[in-house]
Amino acid sequence: MKLNTKPNIERPDDFYEALIELHRDLSEEQSRQLNARLILLLANHIGDMEVLSEAMEAAAEEPE
Amino acid sequence: MLKTYGYPEFAFHQSVDQKSGAVRRHPVVIVGGGPVGLSAAIDLAVQGLPVLLLDQDKTVSIGSRAVCYAKRALEIWDRLGCAGPMVDKGVIWKTGKVFRRDREIYRFDLLPEDGHKMPAFINLQQYYLEEFLVRRAEALGVEIRWREKVTGVEPADDHVRLTIETPRGPYALEADWLIAADGARSFTRQELGLEFKGQVFNDRFLIADVVMKADFPPERWFWFDPPFHPKQSTLLHMQADNVWRIDFKLGPDADPEEEKKPERVTPRLRAMLGEDAEFDLEWVSVYTFQCRRLDKFRHGRVLFAGDAAHQVSPFGARGANSGVQDTDNLVWKLKAVIEGKAPEALLDSYDTERVHAARENLLNSTRSTDFITPKSQTSRAFRDAVLDLAEKHPFARRLVNSGRLSLPATYANSPLNTPDEDEFAGAMAPGCPCADAPVEVEGKAGWLLNMLGNGFTLLCFGAAPRRLEVDGVTVEPLAAGRDFADSEELAAKRYDSRPGTIYLIRPDQHVAGRWRNCDEAKVRAAVNRALAR
Ligand SMILES: Cc1cc2nc3c(=O)[nH]c(=O)nc-3n(C[C@H](O)[C@H](O)[C@H](O)COP(=O)(O)OP(=O)(O)OC[C@H]3O[C@@H](n4cnc5c(N)ncnc54)[C@H](O)[C@@H]3O)c2cc1C
Repeated sequence: MKLNTKPNIERPDDFYEALIELHRDLSEEQSRQLNARLILLLANHIGDMEVLSEAMEAAAEEPE
Repeated sequence: MLKTYGYPEFAFHQSVDQKSGAVRRHPVVIVGGGPVGLSAAIDLAVQGLPVLLLDQDKTVSIGSRAVCYAKRALEIWDRLGCAGPMVDKGVIWKTGKVFRRDREIYRFDLLPEDGHKMPAFINLQQYYLEEFLVRRAEALGVEIRWREKVTGVEPADDHVRLTIETPRGPYALEADWLIAADGARSFTRQELGLEFKGQVFNDRFLIADVVMKADFPPERWFWFDPPFHPKQSTLLHMQADNVWRIDFKLGPDADPEEEKKPERVTPRLRAMLGEDAEFDLEWVSVYTFQCRRLDKFRHGRVLFAGDAAHQVSPFGARGANSGVQDTDNLVWKLKAVIEGKAPEALLDSYDTERVHAARENLLNSTRSTDFITPKSQTSRAFRDAVLDLAEKHPFARRLVNSGRLSLPATYANSPLNTPDEDEFAGAMAPGCPCADAPVEVEGKAGWLLNMLGNGFTLLCFGAAPRRLEVDGVTVEPLAAGRDFADSEELAAKRYDSRPGTIYLIRPDQHVAGRWRNCDEAKVRAAVNRALAR
């Protein structure tokens, strides 16, 4: 596995809050758009197709 | 009758076959005189084989169909001796611009380097293309039987029997080999009961071919969500004779009959071109499209090519462009088999190589279609996100997909290739179509591809070996410095040559093998391999 799924964000609560804050007051449609832009920006930053594929697979797993 | 074009009318002449009443056998028969069937016929004639072409119609392609022809297709037509009039009549272009609403977000240059005889693309109405092909075929003495419709195809082990309907009634003939180039609705395919599998799209597109004097540059312009056609997309191409192709995406529930009416089309055009633009409608049609292909292109003695074998969406101009690459691949193989110089197995490599190419074309075509016409809310969100980001962030521009324009397939994994043993850099790996380069021949400017001929060639950078005869197949040496001067050293660069480097090139101008030194035994083995023997 190339995808790092161990804790990697230094202040997780800050990140999480920022993520939710980003969507405050947005309509469902606006949020969908914003998420799409965010995913694209992050994906390009990662660049490595193997990591991206593993991330897509991990995300596609249905929670039990 | 169009305002800018008069359709030629080809006459029916009752054939000797029909007059004789006997069932005659022909070595190669082609069904279908579209761009693909005509190119196959010309190639066979150029290679010195007798050929008979049957077409049910009496003229060239009617109305708005193909516009854009790519460099590789033009190079093939140049080998066949008919690219000249196409390039002269066509509109040469290489730049594509993508707009979103009223702003340009991205542009691409399809041929960023000089030193190629053929341009990246020309735009030309399909009827002109076909007319030039017909003229070339006629000049070569190809027998074309117009107004002869194939109504029966019975394959046997060593031939195919055809029933043909003509203005003078039916007759039958036999073909050792049949090239089925009878288009997307291929009758031959249906007769053989073959499945045409893939994806059908529901979106409708309105095509308006418009005659006008306009000062748009000769570029491909594509709009997402244009101000004059909100929430949809529009494509603009310049063609010959001041005819412009404008392609509006309509919703899936658009009524094709209504949309075609001038009172519906004209306001759309006015919104786009301005209230005082002066234009005339040349042809209007509404189309949907499919991305489908046959599983296999060879069925015994029947060889499928062009739209009969595979159908793509128009985004990327991959239809006719890939169809002529089919026949480019097929004809030299068929010749070798007919002349007993290669086993029939060589024709299976037609299947392998061109199915691979069709896959690639379909993949590209389907991807473009999904980008242009997103099928779900999420798909649309990602599409719009790409467009949102593209203006500011360079990475997103490469995700914008308004049609990935036709590039030739590389047969990288073909069984006909001899894999590299030596170190090479650059694009000219086994399976690649040869790159062109400017050369000088006897003091005159020329082009490398024009020197390759129609057989096997050994392109040498260094001392030229002698002509090789490999079990009845001739391999002509072509040496830089002796047969041509590499005037701008572009051949050396594009082929990553060092003194002694040689390339074995197939009759269809694809690389079969390459070495840093000429070892005759290796070349012979590679020729045998390229002929599946
Ligand atoms: C809107 C649009 C835009 C396009 N743009 C492009 C583009 O820019 N670039 C590009 O490369 N391609 C483009 N294409 C695709 C291109 O038009 C086709 O890929 C091309 O015409 C295929 O050539 P073909 O010879 O295989 O078949 P066709 O052109 O369909 O020719 C088939 C021929 O077979 C004949 N025939 C059929 N049945 C029989 C029978 N039973 N007996 C005898 N004769 C028969 C017909 O009369 C016809 O002449 C476009 C298509 C459309 C619709």
